[in-house]
Amino acid sequence: MDVKVDMPVTEKIKLSVRNLNFYYNNFHALKNINLDIPENKVTAFIGPSGCGKSTLLRTFNRMFELYPEQRAEGEILLDGENILTSKDDVSLIRAKVGMVFQKPTPFPMSIYDNIAFGVKLFETLPRIEMDERVEWALKKAALWNEVKDKLDQSGSGLSGGQQQRLCIARGIAIKPEVLLLDEPCSALDPISTGKIEELIHELKTDYTVVIVTHNMQQAARSSDYTAYMYLGDLIEFGPTNDVFMKPKKKDTEDYITGRFG
Amino acid sequence: MSSVVGSPAHDGAASARSAAASALQASRQRMHAKRKRVNAIALTLSLAAMAFGVFWLIWILVETVRLGIGGMTLSLFTQMTPPPQAEDGGLANAIFGSITMVGLATLLGTPIGILAGIYLAEYGQKSWLGSITRFINDILLAAPSIVIGLFIYSVVVARMKTFSGFAGVLALALIVIPVVIRTTENMLALIPNALREAAYALGTPKWKVIMTVTLKAARAGVITGVLLALARIAGETAPLLFTALSNQFWSSSLGDPMASLPVTIFKFAMSPYENWQKLAWAGVFLITLGVLALNILARTFLRNKH
Repeated sequence: MDVKVDMPVTEKIKLSVRNLNFYYNNFHALKNINLDIPENKVTAFIGPSGCGKSTLLRTFNRMFELYPEQRAEGEILLDGENILTSKDDVSLIRAKVGMVFQKPTPFPMSIYDNIAFGVKLFETLPRIEMDERVEWALKKAALWNEVKDKLDQSGSGLSGGQQQRLCIARGIAIKPEVLLLDEPCSALDPISTGKIEELIHELKTDYTVVIVTHNMQQAARSSDYTAYMYLGDLIEFGPTNDVFMKPKKKDTEDYITGRFG
Repeated sequence: MSSVVGSPAHDGAASARSAAASALQASRQRMHAKRKRVNAIALTLSLAAMAFGVFWLIWILVETVRLGIGGMTLSLFTQMTPPPQAEDGGLANAIFGSITMVGLATLLGTPIGILAGIYLAEYGQKSWLGSITRFINDILLAAPSIVIGLFIYSVVVARMKTFSGFAGVLALALIVIPVVIRTTENMLALIPNALREAAYALGTPKWKVIMTVTLKAARAGVITGVLLALARIAGETAPLLFTALSNQFWSSSLGDPMASLPVTIFKFAMSPYENWQKLAWAGVFLITLGVLALNILARTFLRNKH
């Protein structure tokens, strides 16, 4: 599929996808995807269920490798280096490319340890610096004020929205460069969703954010670029305003106006 | 009333509609009454089955308490098993032997069981080695304990040419292992993949994901499995008959025959001597109490999980 990526030349590219094909056993789930994700912007993937948007997201940190029946062919360049063939251990790639999932997944440990867990994998910090890092991450995730007095309590005791912000804090505590969000609000109520969206807006000053969402308004509100996918093809990609206001393809227009199908 | 506005044709349609509605209503009533009847029968049967089971259980408990509580004296815990028709005596050596062997068997079987369970749940879900291990473990889980006793008899006792506490520990451990493997695997399988993925997404290596996230999330279930295995071997007689045998005297050496509560109960309960029979009931009471305590402990662990 020939997609012309229409974006300002000044934009710095963080992540480039080149001729990416993806298979679940014999099922061809992503078909020759080409895409550039700009640095310090929010890029949203939209499309109906099963279109491959989550699959694409999960190639960016090689999460698919956990399952032997899944494989990717092509290139995913992170700052120019192909992470699919990188000699670096996959842990090092995942330290650079963090991910937050659909359902909040606090680890079975205290709030403090939930954050410190990932940091300890890559850094040996004295207690005082670790305390600072935990506080920094929780503040970044707009959760600090709600949990600062109960850092030693279990993370699973928090509400769904708080748990999701805990997961975001856990993700940013290890200071990644890219943050992948896989439908981070689909299990949350509108108030928590609003908080996370505000957070996404804050995060892009420091991180490159890629978000998969089923919620069209969310994509329109919180992203700078939008990719519309359908049945494993990238149909349209461009600045969010253009994709939503004057889509080039009829498919895209039908989907975002709800006339899909 | 409808004749004012409605034509005869309209009247016909309306009455057909209301006839259909009342037929539907009657059918609903009929089916509902039938469902209620079926429900009453099923509920009665299931309550009767429950009452039947609980009846025997309570009877067993009442008998155990009635006949066993009289033996609860200090000498039960301080004195050795007596000769027939002696005045006093206790079960000190049997209690000590049981605690020692059950404790060591659990210490031996738990790590092996947990590690094998981890392999089955986290590494070998679909591998042929995993499938074979799972199959063999299921057989071991269902194997009569006397088979395990005879096995240890032939490979350990017959070769060492002596019954020993050590052989008893091995036989009991062989019962613990499959139970712990099964519960560990099941409990790990219940942990949602999303939690594993979240840990991997931070760049966590696999062994660390298992040790600090998955196993920790499943720990209540795993501990419950260990406690239930412990409760099971506390009452096992058959595997000890051919391995640890018994001992009339105090012996803390694992190289010698060792007394245990179940075997002592077996021996004393079958005897014609009144003092032995009384001690047997005291032993039964002790074991029941212990197993009950372990089960309650296991339940508390499971409840604390949520």
